[in-house]
Amino acid sequence: MEIPKLYVSSSPHLHDRPTTASIMWNVSIALAPAALWGVYAFGLRALLVLVVSIVSSVLVEFLLGKISKQFTITDGSAFLTGLLIGMNMPPSVPLFVPILASIFAITVAKWVFGGLGANWINPALAGRVFVFFSFTGLMSQYSLPRFVGSVDSVSQATMLTAMKMQIGEPAVQQLGSSAILESIAYPASRFGLSVSDSLNGVISPYTVDAFFGLIGGSLGEISAVLLIAGAIYLMVKKIITWHIPVCFLGTFSLLAWIFGGLRNGMGLFQGDFVLQLFSGGMMLGAFFMATDMVTSPTTKKGMVIFGVGIGFFTFLLRYFGSLPESVSLAIIIMNIFVPTIEKYVLPKRFGEVEKKTKSTKEANA
Amino acid sequence: MQRFPTFRKGGVHPDDKKSLSSPCAIERLPVPSELIVPLSQHLGAPASALKQKGETLDIGEKIGKASGFISADVHSPVAGLIKDIRKVTLANSVVCDAFVIAVDAKQPVKVWEEQPYAHLSGAQIISIVQDMGVVGTGGATFPTHVKLMVPKGKSVDALVVNGVECEPYLTADHRLMLEETDKVLQGVMIVAQAVSPKRIIIGVENNKPDAIEVLRNAVSQKGYPIDVVPLKVKYPQGDEKQLLKATIGREIPSGKLPIDVGALVLNVGTSFAVYEAVALRKPLIDRVVTVSGEAIASPKNIRTYVGTKVVDLLAYCGNPKERYEKMISGGPMMGFAFFDDQTPITKGSSGILVLDNQKELDAPTTACISCGRCVAVCPMGLQPTKLYKLIEHRRYEDAMKMNLMDCKECGCCAYTCPAHIPLVHGMKLGKKLGRK
Repeated sequence: MEIPKLYVSSSPHLHDRPTTASIMWNVSIALAPAALWGVYAFGLRALLVLVVSIVSSVLVEFLLGKISKQFTITDGSAFLTGLLIGMNMPPSVPLFVPILASIFAITVAKWVFGGLGANWINPALAGRVFVFFSFTGLMSQYSLPRFVGSVDSVSQATMLTAMKMQIGEPAVQQLGSSAILESIAYPASRFGLSVSDSLNGVISPYTVDAFFGLIGGSLGEISAVLLIAGAIYLMVKKIITWHIPVCFLGTFSLLAWIFGGLRNGMGLFQGDFVLQLFSGGMMLGAFFMATDMVTSPTTKKGMVIFGVGIGFFTFLLRYFGSLPESVSLAIIIMNIFVPTIEKYVLPKRFGEVEKKTKSTKEANA
Repeated sequence: MQRFPTFRKGGVHPDDKKSLSSPCAIERLPVPSELIVPLSQHLGAPASALKQKGETLDIGEKIGKASGFISADVHSPVAGLIKDIRKVTLANSVVCDAFVIAVDAKQPVKVWEEQPYAHLSGAQIISIVQDMGVVGTGGATFPTHVKLMVPKGKSVDALVVNGVECEPYLTADHRLMLEETDKVLQGVMIVAQAVSPKRIIIGVENNKPDAIEVLRNAVSQKGYPIDVVPLKVKYPQGDEKQLLKATIGREIPSGKLPIDVGALVLNVGTSFAVYEAVALRKPLIDRVVTVSGEAIASPKNIRTYVGTKVVDLLAYCGNPKERYEKMISGGPMMGFAFFDDQTPITKGSSGILVLDNQKELDAPTTACISCGRCVAVCPMGLQPTKLYKLIEHRRYEDAMKMNLMDCKECGCCAYTCPAHIPLVHGMKLGKKLGRK
């Protein structure tokens, strides 16, 4: 019998099969429905923004790889970063903005720190925040999707910005989020109105619009339902766990419900948080930015703390801060805490409790 | 639906691949013409040789004497002539002396008759077990007589018999439970006679419903005070720490032994060996080995002599297919890859696997993306990725402080790592270098 080449390696000799690349591509797949919805809602211009973002990210990754003699574009992480950057852009943004965001994301946020796995901040988030505060005007021009409102509402504040501008004004005292929008005659879709009517107005048309993605905003963040569907896909695939998004959204909702009403003259426990939950970057942030593996804790306990922290800071920034970008900033703030969380929040070891109780017993005896 | 107990923390669910060999009844390998019987088939000091080159041997004759407290005797499985005593490398990389035995073509008929054992005291049973060279057959090969000597001031509350066999592919214990049910149970009762436990539990994963049923029937028929507990399938439940957590809910403190929580864990294969040792006075000279894997033409469970060369087993199973890529002694999660088909079977060889899918598993290692999967699956609650980074930077002492020694190399972390980082390899290296 001819002996073929034999591998001799350390155990285990089985593997669960997924690779870093398969994880990255799966996240991209999970994002695809929401991204495509953006293209459908805002037209081909949105597709152009997506393509430019992805191509520039991958190109920058490729060039940096040339310098350091690595070939990393097949791991899918640069594609994912580009996709996320594109999804975080207003559909009508000038194309140099996503290009700059991609360059910043891949170069400064990722490669300077040592490439994939070594960055402390999600590159896409860094790119988004960088261009937002550099080109705030360009990044704040949002158009409404094609199925809402009149033709002249090409440049319109998003629901969130509209609410934020009004909040604290005497005119909107005692009003909840949806009522504020109503008071300024913010456009709602026909679909939202009819659903709201058929439910006797229990759910405001704005909430319906926000949930299904009939609102203005960054091109990939508008459809809460598709983002949630993508997140469920990732959870079923066991790529993300519930800990971070649930703790984040739960903490935010709780705080917004308890204290949210205070901002416009209402009492405790009267905050109108449902619309807040589905608007802005909340869903995209909770399910796809905060859960970035590289920049979140590895332990379950750590993930809970991380999620609660993001929820807390998002609440503060959204209700009491003067700047937009509350979700992004909250995630970045908690990213800074990750090494500390990792250092002090350790998983419970097997056989640890017994040892402690035993030794304390011995010490007491 | 009934809920089956299991351990809580960590664990993985690899495809068990047991159906390859689980329907195959145990067969006996024809006596090979040559055996290589190593003197170190157990944990602890190697046995010292009692025989010289050129001497003839009888079946069951003692050829190695235990050379320390944790050590075990070695016996000749056959009648034959010692051709040579030379150094061999075992599958687990242990290098030791071994007898090369030319097996007599005509073997005398040896009948091991059952002898009464009900009158034996605990000390007598332990001394017989020691004399017959019984060691744990699950893979760790801890000398059984040492395990049965309960230290002063401690007592056995629960005797837990390990019928879990959680490693994929392996079915040797499964077949033993099915085919030698009564002998396995008698072995358990003999151990119980020696250590007088308050209760006896057999833990079997519920992917072996036939074994659970057969055991339950036998237990109720004979009226043994044994509780057969089906367990939810999860790797590494066959580890004694996880098994005790699953069956009696106790956690062995870090660095301690089962007896420290009043438990004694025994493999079903070991129980069978104890039965043969005490009831038949037959030394541990043969065992059941699963020969399986995708590259094996006809997987089998084979009862064979200790010292049988792997090449003989493979030939009996129809030689591996053209392309195969890895030979493993033991299971695929913790077993050892080896390259020499002249390597002998030892008392701890539960399986010989020949796999042909290794190249595709051999994906290149990429950067750690801190996904936390290794942390989530570690049954010991360690942080493999952190430990690996410390070891990579030669900070062995810091790794020790993070309880590197708690790692038992079960392989869950490396199994699940999407970056294909050789985590277990790192742990092994760190332990070795950190101890110095």
